[in-house]
Amino acid sequence: MHKYASPKFFYALAGQLTPWLGGLTAILLIVGIYLGLFIAPADYQQGESYRIMFVHVPAAWMSMFIYMMMAGAGAIALVWNIKLAEIFSSVCAPVGASFTFLALVTGSLWGKPMWGTWWAWDARLTSELILFFLYIGYMALQASIDDPRRAARATAILALVGVVNIPVIHFSVEWWNTLHQPASVSKIGTPSIHPSMLAPLLLMIFAFSVYFFTVALIRMRNEILERERHTSWVAQVLESKT
Amino acid sequence: MKTRHKRLAIIIAGVAGLTIAGLLVLNAFRNNLVFFYSPTEVLAGKVAVNKTFRIGGMVEKGSVRRSGDGLKVDFVVTDLNKRMPIHYEGVLPDLFREGQGIVAQGRLQADNTFTASEVLAKHDEKYMPPEAAQALKGGAYAAGKEAKKP
Repeated sequence: MHKYASPKFFYALAGQLTPWLGGLTAILLIVGIYLGLFIAPADYQQGESYRIMFVHVPAAWMSMFIYMMMAGAGAIALVWNIKLAEIFSSVCAPVGASFTFLALVTGSLWGKPMWGTWWAWDARLTSELILFFLYIGYMALQASIDDPRRAARATAILALVGVVNIPVIHFSVEWWNTLHQPASVSKIGTPSIHPSMLAPLLLMIFAFSVYFFTVALIRMRNEILERERHTSWVAQVLESKT
Repeated sequence: MKTRHKRLAIIIAGVAGLTIAGLLVLNAFRNNLVFFYSPTEVLAGKVAVNKTFRIGGMVEKGSVRRSGDGLKVDFVVTDLNKRMPIHYEGVLPDLFREGQGIVAQGRLQADNTFTASEVLAKHDEKYMPPEAAQALKGGAYAAGKEAKKP
């Protein structure tokens, strides 16, 4: 276990994994987009416009999923003092913030033709915007503390406090009257989405997840090199590259 | 108890406490977090008079009346319990049609009608091809499409 958690070992392992994960991301994205944009039928109510869902829904799911990973890794780093968990937590934030931004923008573009407005202060939209600010706050706090280990402790606590927002986002459409419609896929019973549309949606969610892990591994490798730059193994790695 | 167990316990207790506190706060603000009120709530006097608020419900079938220039629209919103006549002047979203869920922002008038300054369309969480919808509703979709035509 300790072998896997050592930055040196992880650096090599991640380097071997990233090309495979990157390739898988590309294949899943191409198949998912093709099925979603060309094969899936038009919607009975929204016509062709609903297809933005194939980007919007996976992005929104990722925004919450990455936050949970970030906070979970932060908690592990706090309790067991594992460097690798600190590094993972710290690389999550920019990726998560990007997905949150993507979810907000695609939601806005979808909202204008369907609802008739770019933005409404309903509970779902507002809580997702708060999630975006949490990510921004996390990154700002991280950048303001020079010592990476102290920064990791402070940001982990911020991330854990923000976890409160995740169930609020998820259940907002059930707890309150919102403009945003309730969940289609993650509800008890059968999903209220036709299988021909659900398949590309799930593929896109899978593609976005693999993409996240690919990018996280690449970013972790950079972060490891940065933090361990004074060690002999990093010197050896850099020497063999030049 | 080892320090790491203590830290783990503190974190779990902290997150649980914050979650409970957060949910209690949200529960207390429940009414202020509501994006719209239903006609039943409005007619029961739950909304202050002379205040802008949003009302939501389904556009009653056969209630949409458009004026000559096409911009003035009168329709009735219902929650299948109470009805509220709505007057609106402006552009309606594409999804606006009879039987559709909508949210209108505006003021309640003295005669218990509602003058809207903005009408937003809600759509449900169901996604399916038109053929499936038709099979499900037994032709109700086709009727809705007809009604959409001006």
